[in-house]
Amino acid sequence: MSDAAAIEAIGLTRRFGAFTAVDAITFRVGRGEVFGFLGANGAGKTTAIRMLIGVLAPTAGEARVAGRDVYTQAEEVKRRIGYMSQRFSLYEDLTVRENISLYGGIYGLTDREIDERADRLLESLGFTHAAGDLVRSLPLGWRQKLAFSVAMIHQPEIVFLDEPTGGVDPITRRQFWEMIYAAAAGGTTVFVTTHYMDEAEYCDRVSIMVAGRIAALGTPDELKRQFGAASIDEVFVRLARPEGGAKEAA
Amino acid sequence: MSAAGARVPSTENAVAVDGVAKAFGEVKALDGISFTVAPGEIFGFIGPDGAGKTTLFRILTTLLVPDAGTARVLGLDVVRDLWALRRRVGYMPGRFSLYPDLSVQENVEFFASVFGTTLKAEYELIAPIYRQIEPFRERRAGALSGGMKQKLALCCALVHRPDILFLDEPTTGVDAVSRREFWDLLGELRTGGLTIVVSTPYMEEAGRCDRVALIAGGRILRIDAPGAIGAAYPLPLLAVRGPRRFELIQALRRHPHARSVYPFGDELHYTDDREDAGAAEVASDVTAYLAREGFAEARVEPAEAGIEDSFMALMGAPEGAAA
Repeated sequence: MSDAAAIEAIGLTRRFGAFTAVDAITFRVGRGEVFGFLGANGAGKTTAIRMLIGVLAPTAGEARVAGRDVYTQAEEVKRRIGYMSQRFSLYEDLTVRENISLYGGIYGLTDREIDERADRLLESLGFTHAAGDLVRSLPLGWRQKLAFSVAMIHQPEIVFLDEPTGGVDPITRRQFWEMIYAAAAGGTTVFVTTHYMDEAEYCDRVSIMVAGRIAALGTPDELKRQFGAASIDEVFVRLARPEGGAKEAA
Repeated sequence: MSAAGARVPSTENAVAVDGVAKAFGEVKALDGISFTVAPGEIFGFIGPDGAGKTTLFRILTTLLVPDAGTARVLGLDVVRDLWALRRRVGYMPGRFSLYPDLSVQENVEFFASVFGTTLKAEYELIAPIYRQIEPFRERRAGALSGGMKQKLALCCALVHRPDILFLDEPTTGVDAVSRREFWDLLGELRTGGLTIVVSTPYMEEAGRCDRVALIAGGRILRIDAPGAIGAAYPLPLLAVRGPRRFELIQALRRHPHARSVYPFGDELHYTDDREDAGAAEVASDVTAYLAREGFAEARVEPAEAGIEDSFMALMGAPEGAAA
């Protein structure tokens, strides 16, 4: 096992009763990489992410994040990762600044660190004037940018973003991706899921999950060549519906 | 703009909205919008979260009363004639709103019974969709995958044979393949003569509509056929490909005539502010500029604008300029 990997899954498996949600997936994400984790609804993405961030125990297999075992060294892993879930990352009844302070505290920053980073964060987002606004009153795109910044406040080695841009307007969606590029340029590994196939093209590498397995993995160009497809969208459609019919994974 | 035709309400229109406004406290959810939908049309509202789509759909389905303006659906006023209208409208709300503890079949039967009919009596109508989820008819609705939940919700919205269907973001959060299948179904329903008003945040779905309205901040930015919206893009647009993407974006933005630079899948879309310049001329200028900036390997060519290019240009336009 290499020290250079930010994330390493080996035969990672999760069963719920007779149903195998994640079926022995093996992959590796390098440090500073932007890794797109794609798949249809119900393919097992969320279950896999929950195992990688240490909130769900695997049935079999192993996951190492930031060079540590997610289960035996869970606390050490948690300090080194950030996580932004689908839509529910911030407290809507708290102000922008209160949310930043709360997460800073949870991640173990000192009051002084929190103040310094909050100021810097608000300035870089252009939110200084909105620091006292309730999160509920912010447009979705702003909330998502704030949630990402908050997930990064303790300068994690790896950040997990679960559908961060769903429903976000096209301009803000692109601004969000520039934040991702900036985080990666600063050395943070980014693990991201999305249903926007154009965003898959922005990743260094992508994996596509189908029915609990990783059906394809590579750079966007490699996958397009491998499947003789013009876009990742086309690759995705072919993998997710191999018969070309309307059958759906339950 | 092309919404001007909506000024005269006509009973021939499936939907006729004139000057509708709605505020919640300080927030103007809808800021005086007007449009018409022809019978048998798939009419799409394309816009991000918070654009006002849900407020509009709630007004058109008689669930919310506008502060100003009038709205007629199937010739009926949404405020005065709400009881007559409710029987004839099918509505699929944005949030999953079926009974998670009832099975697939029980949900459809329940919605049928509310309108005094049965699943059996309406089976032929909903069959193209229902057959896809029928293998799971005993499963609790709450345990379905995203794509199947949407199909079930569509069955429930259709089972009373509405004359018009309002679908509020039916494909949000649904994967790219299930989204396509859902739009295929809407195409079949349209062939059967149903009028469909649908909203989506996914710009590429606009191509599936007969006409679309681009909506942001409670205002309609433009209404047209999807192909016409891209064709009306007013400035030279280039597609740029090359390595070191993040730096390439920054370099393009420093070009003295750059209006906007956005990533678009595996390309970058560069819009130039020289309105009267030809795209080929601008392309050779930008190629030379990039070579000077150390991006000699970048490939630059004129591109055709799509809905998303137009949408971003309109969103980025100064207040009022879009209308």
